[in-house]
Amino acid sequence: METIWFWLVACMLVAYVIFDGFDFGAGIVHFLVARTDAERRVALSTIGPVWDGNEVWLLAAGGTLYFAFPALYASSFSGFYLPLMMVLWLLILRGASIEFRNHLASPVWHPLWDAGFAVSSALLAIFFGAALGNVVRGVPLDASGEFFLPLWTDWTPGKSPGILDWYTVLAGVAVLAVLALHGALWVALKTAGEIEVRARRVAGLVWWGALGLIALLTLASFGVQPRLQASFAARPWGWLFPLVAIAALMAVGVMNRRLRERAAFLASSLFLAAMLVSAAFGLYPCVLPSNGDPARSLTIANASAAPYGLRVGLVWFIPGMLLVAVYFVYAYRSFDGKVGLEEQP
Amino acid sequence: MDALTIHRLHFAFTVTFHYLFPQLTMGLALLILILKTMALRTGNPHYASAARFWAKIFAINFAMGVVTGIPMEFQFGTNWSRFAKSAGGVIGQTLAMEGVFSFFLESSFLGAFLFGEKRLGPKAHWVAAFLVFLGSWASGFLIVATDAWMQHPTGYAVGAHGETVLTSFWGLLLNPWLGWQYLHTMSGSVVTASVVMAAVGAFYLLTGSHQEHGRTFVRLGVIAGIAATVLMVFPSGDGQGRNIAWNQPVTLAAMEGLFDTEQGAPLAILGQPDMERRRLDNPLVVPRALSFLTYQSWKAQVKGLNSFPPQNWPDSVPLLYYSYHIMVGLGTIFLAVLAIATFRLWRGALYQSRPLLWLLMMMLPFPYIANTAGWITAEVGRQPWLIYGVMRTPAGVSAQVSSGNALFTLIGFLGIYTILAILFLFLVYREIEEGPERAAAI
Repeated sequence: METIWFWLVACMLVAYVIFDGFDFGAGIVHFLVARTDAERRVALSTIGPVWDGNEVWLLAAGGTLYFAFPALYASSFSGFYLPLMMVLWLLILRGASIEFRNHLASPVWHPLWDAGFAVSSALLAIFFGAALGNVVRGVPLDASGEFFLPLWTDWTPGKSPGILDWYTVLAGVAVLAVLALHGALWVALKTAGEIEVRARRVAGLVWWGALGLIALLTLASFGVQPRLQASFAARPWGWLFPLVAIAALMAVGVMNRRLRERAAFLASSLFLAAMLVSAAFGLYPCVLPSNGDPARSLTIANASAAPYGLRVGLVWFIPGMLLVAVYFVYAYRSFDGKVGLEEQP
Repeated sequence: MDALTIHRLHFAFTVTFHYLFPQLTMGLALLILILKTMALRTGNPHYASAARFWAKIFAINFAMGVVTGIPMEFQFGTNWSRFAKSAGGVIGQTLAMEGVFSFFLESSFLGAFLFGEKRLGPKAHWVAAFLVFLGSWASGFLIVATDAWMQHPTGYAVGAHGETVLTSFWGLLLNPWLGWQYLHTMSGSVVTASVVMAAVGAFYLLTGSHQEHGRTFVRLGVIAGIAATVLMVFPSGDGQGRNIAWNQPVTLAAMEGLFDTEQGAPLAILGQPDMERRRLDNPLVVPRALSFLTYQSWKAQVKGLNSFPPQNWPDSVPLLYYSYHIMVGLGTIFLAVLAIATFRLWRGALYQSRPLLWLLMMMLPFPYIANTAGWITAEVGRQPWLIYGVMRTPAGVSAQVSSGNALFTLIGFLGIYTILAILFLFLVYREIEEGPERAAAI
């Protein structure tokens, strides 16, 4: 039962990264692909109607994580207190930027919110990457399963690390590149003309950066967290996931060059999913490793809710998620096709 | 200041600010649905343009609710991790359900509702408005269910490590506390939306602009407002009062400022609790009324604070007493003003009655104050417990987050929310000033 919920929560996080990932990415690259105010409006309108629904995946994944693994939620949210609060502030800035931008037509109003949107999108991508890095690296859990991390210590992932060290910063920058790529591909898919051409060019350049950084990050991850190697050695079929990730990243590059926007975006989505599943597979059954005594690690066994609650949860969760799938199919269908310069609300 | 105090202020401030927005969202969703229904049934485009005007204010308000709501879901873990760990097996259910069943519904159809009127046609657009309404009211239900469980825990057992474990899903969702609290909260939300609508309508009538819309707003606001105010007083306010009398008698005594146990206890209208001398200073009371309202008998015994050990008293009796009295006092004033306005509306004289329109316009901020005071009553009344009778407040805090770190983020939220509040007022005022006629064209 705990294993089912581990993978359900992982799937929700994957959905969050794929969906909100492209609107983060669009935010990161919109100054690069759109030169004028009108063009920026188009670039942002490729995500305008859907970003809020995408962000709900974060809330729903957080809620489901809390429901299934309360001890993990309690320990990690309080342990990562400062960066999480900054994430909240950035989410506020980001939501306000995109929602309030079009309320006023003024030469100082639009650039202000456009800059806010770009900065908050980029910083959030780095923060989420660093968060993933922290989870992979492990944290100094005490006997009661609690910890508190300062923002930085000596910048090395040793026994008393901070939120930021060279490894988590690397993870943050890698995720920034990967999401910028994902977002550029989305903008290329949803626009036409000048913006589409520029978006494709940006995607082509960022692809090299993403490739290099992901290769570095993967090597570093195996060095920092020995658990990963143990997992893949114990269940070699798991190599499938990183292989899929590599293939998908290659496909992104090829499809982007061949002007197959939809295929490139889908390949990028598959790449994100395969990377995250690889990380989850490598950590399983651990949900938050201890960087000291391995016995203190939070696992699906010692962090999960009681069996009755988990069973009842399945009964409402499955029909609930089927409904969500219906909403999303509806929302994206009615938002099909390219966004033009003229049809703005 | 010690860490516990800062963590409490942190939650109190962020949740109070947050709830300024959903209380309008939920009530306004209903009123917009009523306007859309009238447009559909009469075929009169006037109602459709009225709905379109309020949809623009709804959108700004909704965005504020979203950005200030996300921190709420995080704060159980960040600032109250021991509570989150201990109670997660139970309230994790309702919080996760809120995400799955209501946030997805709201956000998926809000876009269709705000931008899709032309494309969808009147019927499908009505459905989109209905689904946004349904999502926001479902969200209200699940979050009130969470609070109701903290007020009056049901359907749980205490596990081996002192954590609470769910034993009955229906016990959690059919909590006897929940029905009255939900109805009371939602009526309060409709009161806010109705008064806001009536106040904007009165503003238009008084300034001589947008007359036709002004009349519609005043009419719908007053009628929905009186209906919701009546429901708020009876049966939901009464039911909520009995919930407290039976399950939190010490809270009732503190709310009412009753120190000594009495047969035929009086109802205090005014007065200041004097905690040093344990009495109510300058009291203005209705004799025996508290006994009657609580137990339907003029001679019933009502227990005073002195009958309970002080460590079980709510830790700020005066704050609880004042917020309860502000809520009830304002509710009574709403009832009176809206009853007179309804009468004048029925006689066809409301739109010409300038003093009454002035009164309606000036009422705008007070439902916000009443709703806030109501939640302070509920949450301060629950003290000194986080989960009533199960976990005391100091036991639930994130012990590893120091007071300095908590103060840092509290100050951050104070600054950010101040800016958000200014932006919100500025943008909503612009919409009101531009008026509903601009919204007449799709």
